[in-house]
Amino acid sequence: MTTPLLQVRQLNRRFGGLHAVKDICFDVQRQHIKAVIGPNGAGKTTLFNLIAGALPADGGEVIFGGRSISNWPAHRVAGAGLARTFQNVKLFGNMNVLENVMVGGHVRSHAGMLAGMFRAPHTRREEARIRDRAGELLDLLDIAGLADRPAGALAFGQQRAVEIARALALEPQLLLLDEPAAGLNRHETGRLGDLIRKIRALNITILLVEHDMSLVMDISDEIVVLSFGEKIAEGRPAEIQRHPEVIRVYLGDDHA
Amino acid sequence: MPGRYTPLLILSALVVGLQLATAATGTSYYLTQLTMTAYYTLVVVGLCILMGYAGQISLGHAGFFAIGGYTTAFLTTFNLAPHAQQPVAALLLRTGLAVSSRDLYGAALTTLHPGLAFLCALALAAGVAVLIGIPVLRLKGHYLAMATLGFGLIVYRVVLGTPALGAADGLSDVPAFVLAPGVKITGGAAGRIANYYAAWGLVILGALLVLNLMQSRAGRALAAIHGNESAAQALGINTAAFKLRLFVFSAILAAAAGALLTHYTGGIGPSEAGIMKSVRYVAIVAVGGMANLWGTIGASALLNFLSLRGYFGIYDDAVFGGCLVGMMLFAPQGLRARATFDRLRAWVRGRRRT
Repeated sequence: MTTPLLQVRQLNRRFGGLHAVKDICFDVQRQHIKAVIGPNGAGKTTLFNLIAGALPADGGEVIFGGRSISNWPAHRVAGAGLARTFQNVKLFGNMNVLENVMVGGHVRSHAGMLAGMFRAPHTRREEARIRDRAGELLDLLDIAGLADRPAGALAFGQQRAVEIARALALEPQLLLLDEPAAGLNRHETGRLGDLIRKIRALNITILLVEHDMSLVMDISDEIVVLSFGEKIAEGRPAEIQRHPEVIRVYLGDDHA
Repeated sequence: MPGRYTPLLILSALVVGLQLATAATGTSYYLTQLTMTAYYTLVVVGLCILMGYAGQISLGHAGFFAIGGYTTAFLTTFNLAPHAQQPVAALLLRTGLAVSSRDLYGAALTTLHPGLAFLCALALAAGVAVLIGIPVLRLKGHYLAMATLGFGLIVYRVVLGTPALGAADGLSDVPAFVLAPGVKITGGAAGRIANYYAAWGLVILGALLVLNLMQSRAGRALAAIHGNESAAQALGINTAAFKLRLFVFSAILAAAAGALLTHYTGGIGPSEAGIMKSVRYVAIVAVGGMANLWGTIGASALLNFLSLRGYFGIYDDAVFGGCLVGMMLFAPQGLRARATFDRLRAWVRGRRRT
């Protein structure tokens, strides 16, 4: 078996007296779709923020592609090939949809501030490449028609699609999706499942936090279950559905 | 992209048209204030992209202007003649980096070459911007405004309290600066037209650089920082580095403006470092519409010219303060925004009701 793309080792994070993430360990195999589930407040988003470098960890290690990325700043983690979306979609409201996705091409381009000011010849080719790539991604997500719309004026589901396109513009090896189905209707959620599989087919590994159990059970290769900052179960969807501890935290003691 | 540079061409045409108009009406003395206006405009061009585009406020830009002006004034007036035997002064003289002349009373005067002094001024402003920017640009909103305000206060007190910088009198007798063959940055009626075109040429050049920057990879990164800093970081943008580079760029523009205006007027005083000057620059960017480069240039040209001609009288600073209050109340997005008029109407209606 090849080495996992992402290895999370004894990761810890406290907020004052709250132990939000406690000794979490798990691996994500290449080209797998892995889901992190758990009741509200289980520490899922904190875990994502620790992996993506948005928050420093109090202890433990994150190994990505064989390299330790523990406590790297977020921009460096992104540059290493780890892209993410946010639970409450963070688009740039001051730009249109195409420009939002073009920002995602930042790490795949190089022109600096001076090159930009003087419009150095190589920057024009680079700009054209970023623009074309952004257009392709809008096509992939079926939102090419929105290219010129201000990002702030879109419906929520469309905003999510733009955010995923923007993350894909990083050409990541690993994509972290933080509750991608939140706020979507059932039809949109079904299409999201297809999209996530389509992204995996592009050789991109996916780690997602999600509350929508039908989506999680449908698309995941493996699932990690968190409760109060601790990992209580890990396995294939069928195993997780039968896991007594998981049933207990989701349904209460009577059902275990 | 067609039309990308159209506003720049319009601005160039206006600059030429204004000069021709003053020539035709025999009012070419206006060119002096219009030239000074151009240098102040160069400051707000840099501030416009820093504030409006990248969302980083600075209430200390008069500090950078003063660093540019005072460095230039000090280095081009400090007499090296008594120190000619010292190795550094001797080296400067031997390499032609110092120039010798006679002062008003015929005494030997040896000063640093204005070109070298200009580079020193820009380098010092850039260095200070790095030192200030690294800690301060981590702050946001009000906190960044306060910290840069503090920086401006420090520069003001330093120039006011340093005898070598002329204290309350400032520095004078600054020589001409040869910008290009035949273009001497200095006062006087003879070079008025050349100076006018040189100054506005620099504004147009600055605007061109800023315009290009806005539509580049780095410009998108800056707009992303303004839009949502944590999202920008998650997309691989080193936000601290981009903010710092832009801060340094805008500080260099301000310092260049300060240095050249000092050559033009022949001196600089502490009021150029004053907080009111910093507020004035911010007010102009606000009136211009924050991220609107052309609005900012237009607002700067109008307000600075009227101010320099003395139309605002004793209410000079009050006019700029009033502009800020008015803009924040009615048009935080700038005068061009359609919302401004709706807000004004709503305000008037609200008054009537109470």
